[in-house]
Amino acid sequence: MIWQLDFIILIMVVICAVAAINVKDLLSSAIILGAYSFLMCLLWTGMGAVDVAFTEAAVGAGISTAFFIGAIFQTTRRTND
Amino acid sequence: MIKQCDNVIVQSVSRFLTPFILLFALYVIAHGHYSPGGGFQGGCILGASFILSMIAYDIAEVKRRMTEKMNTVLTGVGVLIYAGIGFICLLLGANYLDYGVLAEILPVGTAKARALGTFGIEIGVGITVMAVMVSIFLNLASGGEHEEGSVE
Repeated sequence: MIWQLDFIILIMVVICAVAAINVKDLLSSAIILGAYSFLMCLLWTGMGAVDVAFTEAAVGAGISTAFFIGAIFQTTRRTND
Repeated sequence: MIKQCDNVIVQSVSRFLTPFILLFALYVIAHGHYSPGGGFQGGCILGASFILSMIAYDIAEVKRRMTEKMNTVLTGVGVLIYAGIGFICLLLGANYLDYGVLAEILPVGTAKARALGTFGIEIGVGITVMAVMVSIFLNLASGGEHEEGSVE
């Protein structure tokens, strides 16, 4: 893989991970976590682990985001801390 | 609570997209031993199509098509397929999940029997994963009270 592309994706992974923890809106946090999963999926694909990337896309970016949104429906949208 | 969304764009797009998602999931399951994918990923995508309908319509609408009882039965059936194929191999005198001996009861050669055995396993895993994903989402989105999930 081109190392510049790899580097950009890695920077964005770190930004997404920090943002998902720090953001106050839980719905935004779930969506940012989905973006994090998708970027990780791109990284796995670049490393040649296509099966892992597929699992990451199906489970991390797809199903778990839906689960988080389903759970947020049960609570308030904003965190208190 | 997830209540019925009355946006016509969301509803018609989800209605239009669901068959393609199901087709792709079946492709992923059926080609699990040739290409990336397999029972787990295909089952996740199958479950995601149900979850999409639950979000776009409401839970009661989906539960009319896939009831709680049927969901539980499907969870068991998938595990039964997986374990059953393993035990058939055990009964034929080989190790657990050693598909090669399936050639004795199937009218195919050893290599083809291995491919068919793997395919059967993928189907079992896919059914179980789909049912469990739908069940997890149902429990999360309705707060554990399945009957109340459709009420706003």
